[in-house]
Parts: sequence; C-alpha cells; structure tokens
Amino acid sequence: MGGVNTRKSGLATVFFSETRSVSSDIDSAREGRQFPAMSDLKRSPLDSLHREAGGRMVPFAGWEMPVMYQSILEEHRAVRESVGQFDISHMGQLFVEGEGAEEWLNRLLTNDVSALEDGQGQYTFLLNEAGGVIDDLIIYRIEEGSYFLVVNAACLSADLAWFGKHAVEGVSLRDESEGLAGIAVQGPNSVDVFSRVFGGRTLPSRNGIDVLSVEGKNLWICRTGYTGEDGFEFFCSSGAAERWWEEFAEAGAKPCGLGSRDSLRLEKCYPLNGSDLTPERTPLEAGLGFFVKLDKGEFIGRDVLQKQKEEKPTERLIAIQCNEKGAPPRPGYRVLDADGEALGVLTSGVLSPILGLGIGMAYLPVAKAKVGTDVFIESRGKKMPAKVVKKPFVA
Amino acid sequence: MAIPSELKYTEEHEWVRMDGDIAIVGVTDHAQEELSDVVFVELPELEREVEEKEQMAVVESVKAASDIYAPVSGTIIEVNVALEEEPGLVNEDPYGEGWLFKIRVSDMEIVEGLLTADDYEEHIG
Repeated sequence: MGGVNTRKSGLATVFFSETRSVSSDIDSAREGRQFPAMSDLKRSPLDSLHREAGGRMVPFAGWEMPVMYQSILEEHRAVRESVGQFDISHMGQLFVEGEGAEEWLNRLLTNDVSALEDGQGQYTFLLNEAGGVIDDLIIYRIEEGSYFLVVNAACLSADLAWFGKHAVEGVSLRDESEGLAGIAVQGPNSVDVFSRVFGGRTLPSRNGIDVLSVEGKNLWICRTGYTGEDGFEFFCSSGAAERWWEEFAEAGAKPCGLGSRDSLRLEKCYPLNGSDLTPERTPLEAGLGFFVKLDKGEFIGRDVLQKQKEEKPTERLIAIQCNEKGAPPRPGYRVLDADGEALGVLTSGVLSPILGLGIGMAYLPVAKAKVGTDVFIESRGKKMPAKVVKKPFVA
Repeated sequence: MAIPSELKYTEEHEWVRMDGDIAIVGVTDHAQEELSDVVFVELPELEREVEEKEQMAVVESVKAASDIYAPVSGTIIEVNVALEEEPGLVNEDPYGEGWLFKIRVSDMEIVEGLLTADDYEEHIG
C-alpha cells in the first residue's frame, strides 16, 4: 500500500449509493430535508468559504461538509494531475502525553509505536478484543512521550470511550478536535504550494510531521494523505483556517469535496472506515496486515489476529473492476460468481475517473475470488461483467 | 440557468419538445447542474409502451443514480445512442445533443397538462 492514509466514514453510503428520482434529489437538497436535520450537524470553520464557492453541503459523520463544488471528476483530475485541497476539519485530533505513553499506545494499537523516531508517523488500527476495527488512524511521534493522533470523525467518541476504558496513571489524553481545523493539500504540485505559502520551507519527509510556530500559534504539518498522491495534511487553530485555505488556494490548490476524496482513495484501495472497515472485520481480512506487528508484544486483539493469521482468513477484502463501461458500481451492490450465485456485497464502489471503468471492493470468500476470476456486479438487476484484480486499481 | 420558453416541463425536472405527435424528452439544465458529472444513462428499449409517470430510464452521476419517468404515455420510437459513448452530453447540452428518448404520444391531453416554462421556473424557484 502507498502512503499512510486517513479517511472518513459514515454517510458516504447515503450519498453514493441511493437510487432516487431527480426530483427528490433536488428538492431535498434545496429544502435541506436530508437526515439528520442539517441543524443538528456541526459546521466546519471553513463553512462560509465552502458556501461562497458553491460547495454542495451534505451530512457526513455528524458534520455538514462539501461533497463537491462544480464537478467531482474535475476535482479528481486536479488532484491526480496538479493539486487540490480538502477540508478535513471534521477529523479528530488527540494528544497523548506522558512517560508511559509509548508503552500504553503500543498495547492499544496494532503497528509498532516504538519504531517511530521524533517527527515520524505511521498508519495503525485500534482494535476491539475480537480483533475488529474500532478505528484506523495515523499516529505521529512529536517527541519522546508526546504523540499526535488523527482519527475518523465518526469514530471519535468510540475512540475516546475505548482509550478512557483503558486509561492508566501517568499518561494523559487530550481531545483537541473542537479547536482545530484540518486541510489536506494533495497532488503532485503540493510541494510547490507548501513552499509558496511558507516561503521556501520544505515539507517533512514521507509520513513525517513538523510542528511550526507561526505568529505564536502552532501548526501541525504532516506528509500524509488519503489520495495516493504526494501531499500534506495541515492542522491549525479553527480561527486561522480561512486564512490558510485562501493562501493554499492562491498558491494553486483547487477546492475539492468528499466525492473526489472517495474516488481518489478507492482507486488506491485505501479503506473507508464504516464501509470497508468495521468492528466485525479484522485488518487481516481487510488485507492490511502490513500495519499489524504481531511480534511486537502484547496488544488488544493480538491473540485473535495471531490465530487468524495461522488459519488464514476465509474472507478477504477483494478488488473488483468492471470489464466494460457501464453504470457506476455503488456500495451495497451484490457481487455474483460466474454462475450467478451471490458471493458478497460491495463495501465501496465508484466509477474510476482515471480508468473510465467501475471499481469496487467487497469481502469475498478467498477460494472463490482469486485474481483473474470472472464475476458480476449486479446493478438494478443487470449483471455487469467484472474481474477480481490486484490492488490497487491505479498504481 | 436556461429554461427555453418553447418547451414543456415536468415537476420531475424533465423537458418535452413536441414535434407533431412525437415528444422528445430530456432532463433540464437545472437537473443536470444538480446532478453534475453524468457518467451513465440507462435508456428504455425501443417499441416499449410506457405510461405517464412510469420509471423508464436512469441517469447516473458520480454521486447518485436518479430515476427518469415518462412525462407522457406512448411508445418509445428512438433513444439517444450517442449517450452510451458520451453520457456527459446531458451536462454539456441538456436541451440539444443531451436528449434522452422520443415517445410517440398516445394521449395528447397529457401533453396539455405539462408545465410551461413559467410554471417550471416557479417550481424550482
């Protein structure tokens, strides 16, 4: 898998999968009749800039966020070919500090926290006792005994409850999600954007973090993302978010919404929490064993994963690509074998803007879903011919 | 946003251009703008008999699939095959090259009941 990645969850399924009439689509958008009521949703510090720019606001993981501005396809291409920026203010930011922080985190997370040097980050999982995924997140070591965690918006309260349940003396956890905004600048020209805005300063190395102080306020600059392109994720105090968004835009970053964020991450087979990752599935079933270090010592979920590794998972998260142009695959669509028997259901699906073909992922029986196997994706009763392919869809 | 005055409309955001007893049907400029990025159009079969308000086609954008209903009753006599290769025509030219299908109308009274451009403008207003 490519770079460390972060992700979003929740209402994507509503917005990318439902079949509705043109009429209900438009009327509900105009009258704000989507559920939950828009008024119950949190607003990003960049909310007014999104609206001014024509952003289509949708409910997502308890927030109202832009799904797109003018075109998901154009936003997608901007990130692959040049540079785009995403509002990721809905994501959670946690600080874990104390002498015992490393040891404590290492017992709760699957990757090896002790392998991190100052300024380095890693993708990792928070598991329940059954080895199922509570959250996937990125942890950065700022310095000894001081860690920065970026977690999914939809998982924040579950994460806090889990960390709280396992709290120990001498390690503190601070949730700074309310006061911090996040912007992901992604695409091959991200480095230019950063250097233009920060006067020639260079980005941290891949997966790394730098903490800068600008006008007395901290900025967290992380060389990570969820698009498979070079780029950085940037966190600042909410009050400063508009200023930085506008500076990145002036330096060439095109505003992009959750729609292209979803198609970009799926082309790279990065999992979406809540869809591809759930508390009922382990990272091994998701094909993400690289981020699980079974030999690092005890951690929650380890025994289950050790056993699963020895016995081999019977189902895996498999990549499926349509053979020809057609209807975009969507989450919830059934995957059938060559005889028309149901094998599983897509957890993610989209029309790949780069390939021009439908792509998706589903948990399928390993024995019936080897690379090259012919399958069908069922769209409104029609069988679309497809194949099991190697991950990722787009190298 | 364009709402040509010579066309008829439905509350479901379709437009109808009458040519004798033939109704040419597409989705409005407003609808294509809301949908954005049309990437697939499922068209009805030729010769199919359709009833007014019957679901008969699907327009899929990147973000959602939307049903298209027959604005009038009649027989499908032609579909826009160009959309198979270029579904984006629905966005680029919704009232022209992005048309969806033609119906030979069986009941002209239904045509009379369609919305005028003014009615439609008020509807989306």
